[in-house]
Amino acid sequence: MMLVLLVFIGGMILIIMSFAGTYNALVRLRNQVDNAWAQIDVQLKRRHDLIPNLIETAKGYMTHERETLEAIVEARSKAMGAQTVGEKSKTEGFLSEAMSKFFLVVENYPDLKANQNFLALQEELTSTENKIAFARQAYNDQILSFNNKTEMFPSNIVAGMFNFTKREFFEIEAEEREAPKVQF
Amino acid sequence: MMWELIQENKRKSWMLFFAMGGCLLVLGYVIGAAWMPHQDGGILGVMIAGMVWFFMSLVSYFSGDSILLSLSGAKAVNHDVHPQLFNVVEEMKISANLPVMPKIYIIDSPAANAFATGRSPERSAIAVTAGLLAMLNRDELQGVIAHEMSHILNRDVLYMTFAGVLLGSIVMLSEIFLRSQYYSSSRRYRGSSRDNGQGQAVIMLIAIVFAVLAPILARLFYFSLSRRREYLADASAVRLTRYPEGLAAALEKISQPDIQLAKVNKVTASMYIINPLKSKKQHLALAFSTHPPINERIKILRSMTQGVNYRQYAEAFSKIKGRSSLMPASALEDSQDVPLRKASVQPDTRTAKQKTREWGDLVRVLNKFMFIPCPCGLTIKIPPDYKRDTVVCPRCRRSHDPRKAAHADQHKT
Repeated sequence: MMLVLLVFIGGMILIIMSFAGTYNALVRLRNQVDNAWAQIDVQLKRRHDLIPNLIETAKGYMTHERETLEAIVEARSKAMGAQTVGEKSKTEGFLSEAMSKFFLVVENYPDLKANQNFLALQEELTSTENKIAFARQAYNDQILSFNNKTEMFPSNIVAGMFNFTKREFFEIEAEEREAPKVQF
Repeated sequence: MMWELIQENKRKSWMLFFAMGGCLLVLGYVIGAAWMPHQDGGILGVMIAGMVWFFMSLVSYFSGDSILLSLSGAKAVNHDVHPQLFNVVEEMKISANLPVMPKIYIIDSPAANAFATGRSPERSAIAVTAGLLAMLNRDELQGVIAHEMSHILNRDVLYMTFAGVLLGSIVMLSEIFLRSQYYSSSRRYRGSSRDNGQGQAVIMLIAIVFAVLAPILARLFYFSLSRRREYLADASAVRLTRYPEGLAAALEKISQPDIQLAKVNKVTASMYIINPLKSKKQHLALAFSTHPPINERIKILRSMTQGVNYRQYAEAFSKIKGRSSLMPASALEDSQDVPLRKASVQPDTRTAKQKTREWGDLVRVLNKFMFIPCPCGLTIKIPPDYKRDTVVCPRCRRSHDPRKAAHADQHKT
């Protein structure tokens, strides 16, 4: 009788401990996901802040490219209005596309390319773009391990009880991975 | 998968550490025994060698990074001195998931080189030469920075510092012993030749042989692991940048001395306190003695066309080198797929002359030169020790007041 009781108590303690361990692991992963998202968000905001300056500098030189510039402005305001990760990844993808079109067109304006102010802005925007790409990689890695944990047995039981739900990946359109087209 | 690499590195480091430490202690013993055969000289020698090791390690742990940085004449810079460098380091910091931003230093040397230092990822620094910044384009610079970041990430810096200290201690002890032996051998032998001259001579012979061999042995240990680490740092670097061609092109440019800056010595030698050509030689020696053959590294990088994870680097490595013992199997198994990325938007269109001018301006900023824009379009660059009240524009003969310009500069910032 005594033995059964001891085994029962021991078993309970084991279950509670593994329960607590799983819960803590889930919390840790969720915090890492949030942190990785914050990294992306900082860079997205930075890009939004840089664009008005860029338009202002380029406007004087690129009188024949009204459409390209307007496309950027529009994509920017849409991206700033996005709320969820899914919306953001879509709208920011459009913004990236508009920006890369702009930088292709810039090649036709040597005066603009010689402008110091423009060069500095271009460097900052290129870097911001890279930072978004690298932060996205880190974020998606975190999301993968978090989602796995919430779906796999037995941690999915704990995840279900405490409302740890799957999160969205931050994907930018597949277009980005295409090889660059070289024209001679 | 980074974790396995770090663990593997740690294990290897300890093995090497003990092997080299053993070398040092045995060397201490034989020197002690050779010098003082009657009063337990061996034990005393071990103790002295151990103390030298201990103190040098202590110093290098707590201030090795600042000693190295000040010896190389590196100056700490912020974002405004070289925005591109700063941005690239930040990009790699994000990619590597490093907890804090490394401190950034620029060395005003025309040679192309870079190094990382600091005892932990939380307290690290990356130094690059002004010559490197002028020579490389953005993608190439990113490759070099990623390589240095990988040394920080793989904990190579601390390990190489300690191994270097050990090597230094061994070389120092054997040097002291051999030199003193050379100058005083005749006197010493005469003193002890009476009772056990034979045995003493044998011990002395062993000591001399060991004092010659120990530094060579230690160097072999040191170099073999250092080279291995360079390959690993390359593998981590392409994983961080996802663009092997960047690092490959950078290595190619650095290894070809004839694509150095145009007219470096003639134009800018006067800006240096010491001869820049001399320091250039030292830098090259420092950089390449512990590194694997550079064209092999380039070949491995260029044959990575499918993706940039560790498995793909290891495959390229074994294809080029014909052996496959670079990484632990666990690091290869679960490495996920990392796609390549394309080159960044703009090609580098700067001419050699422009590069040289950029380099010169960077060095002047580092040395606190003053930049006065003249209305005629010329920018007058004035050294910090210029004492006179006015400076005349060489093109349009307008005169400017350097002190007023300095004042305006301060207001702006």
